Amino acid sequence: MSAIYILWLRELKRYTRSRAQIVASLGQPLLYLLVLGFGLSPVFKRAGYGSYFQFIAPGVIGMSVLFSSIFSGLGLLWDRQFGFLKETLVAPVPRIQIMIGRTLGGSTTAILQGLLVTLVCVLAGFRPVSFYAIPLALGFMVLIALLFAALGVAIGSSLQDMQGFQLIMNFLVMPIYFLSGAMFPLSNQGKVLTFVTALDPLSYGIDGMRSVLLSAATFQPAFGTFTDLAVLIGVGVILLVYGAYRFSKIEI
Amino acid sequence: MIHARNLVRTFGAVTAVNDVTFEVAQGEIFAFLGPNGAGKTTTIKMLTTMLKPTSGTIELDGLDPQKEQNEARKRFGIVFQDPSLDGDLTAAENMEIHGVLYHVPRKQRIPRTEELLKLFELWDRRGDQVKKFSGGMKRRLEIARGFLHTPKILFLDEPTLGLDPQSRNQLWNHVKKVNEAEGVTVFLTTHYMDEADRVAHRIGVIDHGKLVAQGTPSAIKQQTGAASLEDAFLALTGSTIRDESAGSADQMRQFARMWSGGKR
Repeated sequence: MSAIYILWLRELKRYTRSRAQIVASLGQPLLYLLVLGFGLSPVFKRAGYGSYFQFIAPGVIGMSVLFSSIFSGLGLLWDRQFGFLKETLVAPVPRIQIMIGRTLGGSTTAILQGLLVTLVCVLAGFRPVSFYAIPLALGFMVLIALLFAALGVAIGSSLQDMQGFQLIMNFLVMPIYFLSGAMFPLSNQGKVLTFVTALDPLSYGIDGMRSVLLSAATFQPAFGTFTDLAVLIGVGVILLVYGAYRFSKIEI
Repeated sequence: MIHARNLVRTFGAVTAVNDVTFEVAQGEIFAFLGPNGAGKTTTIKMLTTMLKPTSGTIELDGLDPQKEQNEARKRFGIVFQDPSLDGDLTAAENMEIHGVLYHVPRKQRIPRTEELLKLFELWDRRGDQVKKFSGGMKRRLEIARGFLHTPKILFLDEPTLGLDPQSRNQLWNHVKKVNEAEGVTVFLTTHYMDEADRVAHRIGVIDHGKLVAQGTPSAIKQQTGAASLEDAFLALTGSTIRDESAGSADQMRQFARMWSGGKR
């Protein structure tokens, strides 16, 4: 157990030490929140959906949790490049513990990042339906973070070097984000888009966050909180098992 | 301490290690020499649980490194050819992670870390991030870290590669000190013959996967009638430059590629 703890702590230390990176990582969410949030607001309101700013804020929070958790998993590639991975893989510790330590560490930093973005959203004018909605949204952030950190580890274990990174970014991470309904309502879409967005696990995370953060009068959930939780937990468990399997196959 | 008998390792059609047998006694410093691609790293990988031998047996302190992997791993330390430190963490933090991963109790970890960092002249820099260290300092830290869990055997795979003569000299002095004080068995590879001559009690020379000579440095010099170990090495392994310098990792990758239908 102490191995899990020390590797979790390592991720946390690395996160808190990279202050410049934390500030930089706030840039993209801010852009989406402020530019799209205010820019599309008039159109959205005229369509009768209420405030777009309120609508996109949970999406932006979900986006930052997605990006930081998946990149924390892909951090494996850096560790492979700089050799630290070897140090952990030849230690007399079961690999599963190393994988769990990394994944928990990566998800913790992603959750911290999500909370930071939540704070930024609130400062910019986002108003959750009640104060108690925040801990509920935090629960969804935890599930999103674990799911995508595990996915990141699975991918990081399968790639040999950084060359596949751009590919993963453009054909996996960005589609997950754009198809999750972070920026548009999932209801009343065409059949194809409805089908594809339902395949994206992040859709359920963001739907869940919206259903707890926004008032029932302004937002109708696309799936329902129970489905959201069930899908996130189910897919999360599958990806954790798959990530652990891929991790166990890494050759030193 | 180390018994290797009839070790063979093949990667597809390539035989990297071909019927190698040797023994290393407790407390001995054993230098494993050979040209690039001769099978040094493959042998170290087999000895350190990272690679399964195709055939042959290995005993490390009485343990089979394949069957009793975790027990075996507790008994040895390893310093890889490539660096394996976390540059964002401090020297002390790198030591701490290693200590925890190797189950060294806190009560022993803290004084042992201090002792080793002082011995390797890094104590004053213990709070600095490793990425700010020079190449020599990083290597010293890795070796200090390898000693942290009081291993019975320390494997050093070309630890002085790319270091200046001063750093190399200092590094070996430190290793010798711990070897004498704690009776740690040291298994090393290097391309610097003068180092092997000065540091090692015994030497094994491997070429094309086969062990071509074994003995004390003076015995090997005598055997070949050469004045220096370098000349003896060239006499044993020839002076042609090797093409087969692909590391075992590359060989494995090639092998994997072959079998996965060219997926990667």
